Amino acid sequence: MSEKKVRLKIRRQDSADARGTKRWEEFEVPWKPQMNVISALMEIQKNPVTASGSKTTPVVWEASCLEEVCGACTMVVNGKVRQSCTALVDQLAPSGQTITLEPMSKFPLVRDLIVDRSRMFEALKRVHAWIEVDGSHELGPGPRQSQENQEEAYPLSRCMTCGCCLEACPQINDSSDFIGPHAISQVRLFNLHPSGKLHAKSRLETLMGDGGIGDCGKAMNCQEVCPKEIPLVDSIAVVSREVTKQMLFGWLLK
Amino acid sequence: MAAKKSIRSESGKVRRVIVVGGGLAGLTTVIKLCEAGVPVDVFSLVPVKRSHSVCAQGGINASVNTKGEGDSPQVHLEETVYGGDFLANQPPVRGMTEAAPGIVFMLDRMGVTFNRTPEGLLDFRRFGGTLFHRTAFAGATTGQQLLYALDEQVRRFETINVEDDQGVGIPGERMVRKFEFWDFLSLVLDDSGIARGIVAQDLKSMEIKAFSGDAVCLATGGPGIVFGRSTNSVINTGTAAAAVYQQGACYANGEFIQVHPTAIPGADKLRLISESARGEGGRVWVPRDTKEKRPGRDVPENERDYFLEEKYPGYKNLVPRDIASRELFKKCFHDKRGIFNRRSEKNENEVYLDVTHIPKDTLRKKLAGILEIYEKFVGEDPYENPMRVFPAVHYSMGGLWVDFERNAAGSLVVGSPRNQATNIAGLYAAGEVDYQYHGANRLGANSLLSCIWSGMVAGPAIATYVRNLNKSSYDLPTSMLEKAEQRELAKYEAILKMDGSENPYQVHAELGEMLLVDCTIERHNSTLDGVLAKLEDLTDRANKVNVLDTSSRSNQPAQFTRHLFNMLSLARVIAQGARNRDESRGAHFKPDFPDRNDAEWLRTTLALHKPGDDNHHGIHYARSLDYELGGQRVHVTDEVDISLVKPRPRKYEQAGAASTILSEAKQPQSPSAKVAPKVELR
Repeated sequence: MSEKKVRLKIRRQDSADARGTKRWEEFEVPWKPQMNVISALMEIQKNPVTASGSKTTPVVWEASCLEEVCGACTMVVNGKVRQSCTALVDQLAPSGQTITLEPMSKFPLVRDLIVDRSRMFEALKRVHAWIEVDGSHELGPGPRQSQENQEEAYPLSRCMTCGCCLEACPQINDSSDFIGPHAISQVRLFNLHPSGKLHAKSRLETLMGDGGIGDCGKAMNCQEVCPKEIPLVDSIAVVSREVTKQMLFGWLLK
Repeated sequence: MAAKKSIRSESGKVRRVIVVGGGLAGLTTVIKLCEAGVPVDVFSLVPVKRSHSVCAQGGINASVNTKGEGDSPQVHLEETVYGGDFLANQPPVRGMTEAAPGIVFMLDRMGVTFNRTPEGLLDFRRFGGTLFHRTAFAGATTGQQLLYALDEQVRRFETINVEDDQGVGIPGERMVRKFEFWDFLSLVLDDSGIARGIVAQDLKSMEIKAFSGDAVCLATGGPGIVFGRSTNSVINTGTAAAAVYQQGACYANGEFIQVHPTAIPGADKLRLISESARGEGGRVWVPRDTKEKRPGRDVPENERDYFLEEKYPGYKNLVPRDIASRELFKKCFHDKRGIFNRRSEKNENEVYLDVTHIPKDTLRKKLAGILEIYEKFVGEDPYENPMRVFPAVHYSMGGLWVDFERNAAGSLVVGSPRNQATNIAGLYAAGEVDYQYHGANRLGANSLLSCIWSGMVAGPAIATYVRNLNKSSYDLPTSMLEKAEQRELAKYEAILKMDGSENPYQVHAELGEMLLVDCTIERHNSTLDGVLAKLEDLTDRANKVNVLDTSSRSNQPAQFTRHLFNMLSLARVIAQGARNRDESRGAHFKPDFPDRNDAEWLRTTLALHKPGDDNHHGIHYARSLDYELGGQRVHVTDEVDISLVKPRPRKYEQAGAASTILSEAKQPQSPSAKVAPKVELR
């Protein structure tokens, strides 16, 4: 009996400029129990030979925690954007189907499955995604918060900046500057916090105008693909209301 | 003299400090430096928000005593030292436990979404090695929330300009500059051996470049990947620590590797199931019948062997990790009583970790993060079925040796340039990469604390060091940087030329398998001799690898090959340290030497790299260290500072044994304490 195999078809490209190197490569690696896409890629590192027997370089991809909490290993697996660590081989290919891996398409390509997600971190700067603390020295306990407040904030605080929501959003494209759902949800998070609230206005202002919340097309794909099930549609609605209020009545509230 | 304190060097450059690593320890150091007005360059293998701190689950310890149990920083100190089997220097631990409540309050002010009590205060839960509710938590993803809070504060500093000596902002000079996707290669040392900067490699373009810094702080985490599969992130190869060790930094207590009792086995990684599962009431058991065929949920209560509760009625499922891991190992390996698998007809190396008796609403609010991991990777619902777990390599108590300066009260002199200083002047270390806080075994939820605390100490220490520096690194000849850069470039080019027959990933897999089997929970001198011999073989094979990829874009195999050499170097330090230490203490257990031997071994292992020594890998184990800091000679020995809590044998069978100041009247009002036997007083 031949050994059970996992078949992979992987989109490769040596760098963004080297368009001529864009290609598919197929691999067959030995199956192991509890195997995920990452461990299949690790098998390629140990034996970088394609299914047709030609030598190649190991496929490169981004990874860190391997338990879906760091956000590094996002890629497009069988056409769906997700983390590759939780992509279990037996679920994707129960009867040995080929698993397809591609890099995310909405970010500049670095190489193979690696893309450059720095725009997401820049967006966090733009919306002031932090609490304006006076310092890290001892200033006593923080403000009291209700359990309800914590239960609303906690899911929002689990955003890994992984890129799924941007990849799935039709408004993220070459002709739009839309900031993306993740940053809007962070505005909601910080505006919920008792001290964060003190600067709510300035955060809302960052979402007005070009690339701001008005560019959301309400496709609602973001929430569907979010691996942490963050209520992004809710966040956009909540923040959108606040932004509108701020635009209409901001001068009155001054 | 004023020039020394200026923000600019004599040549007019803005003086910066380099922090390598952007987890909790690195980011805290950055924040402290920025607050002291010192600009920082941060280097990290990954965007700092993806650092390994993100994996911490259960929580962070602080004796806030919210539950009115009589907890205090003094009890926290005593239990930490006792849990660590008395190998930790006690003044730094005291500094940490005293600062802990303030640290948790700071994190709360930064917006960490900690769980709350009905009154709106921080909620606390129990963890290993204590009877108190001392652990603040944000669901079961506390590390993630803590890391994000610090990441956000550092991002804020990325938008703030450096101010000149008159308080005027310097355009284009930000307080924090990030170099993400950069790999630390080595220190730039001047002629007197002082750290003056680093050489690093851009992991996209593969460019190698030297950077000046008035001081360097490594906050690069632990070396879990040396063991192949562990609970660690794939970036935790220990490469930076290994590199500076080979440049002369002392590596201390390397043999003390924590094995966490409860993880999910996997082909690529062993995923942690936090101690908080037991802190919230989770129970560990195996079926009494070794051929039990029913699924765990169907095994009646009286047919279950709750072996930790039976053997340790004082602390039950919350005995420290070294003890729990040994008991699990014994159950499965020696007694062959792991869970029976109907398909393989074998007793697998697995035990049950059961939370199914806890109300689902409590599980959802407090443990959802870890239960989700179990469900996603195992495909079973842990709300309904007991989880199947086994121990996994988790944390290194050992790491780069760092100094401290104690005050008369036995705590730390905050701001002393000796704190967190390695024996290379100008090189500091903080977080898991240092060896300072956990002795021979770390208590759960003390790692997030020690990471942040060591950063809070390292920041001011570095600021003082930089202020007192005679000559800024930015005023030294650039030839020093060029030389270092050339040296690393040559090494990298040599790697690119490696065209042997071995595969670097395969060599690494074999290294990990060997260490996992022979150098973790139980250690025997005969097998350790074998490990040391095999390390020679593996090193020879590593010298014959094929680099697999010679391209100049995101060349991961070439980077990995470099890390492999560094991992082999640390593996040697770990294995040889284990071979030498003929006693059992905390995580280091030798069945042939089952007792702790304070007379001979209550001392710090100090490993120094001495190439050309008789020993092939050239490790020299020193009994003392001399180093120079700011023109002063510092002499330290391997003696452990035990001035605050006198060593005594560990007895977790008895409730309250971990702290001498606990009397029956003062015992925490937890159900486990109420049924506990009498406490021994000092």
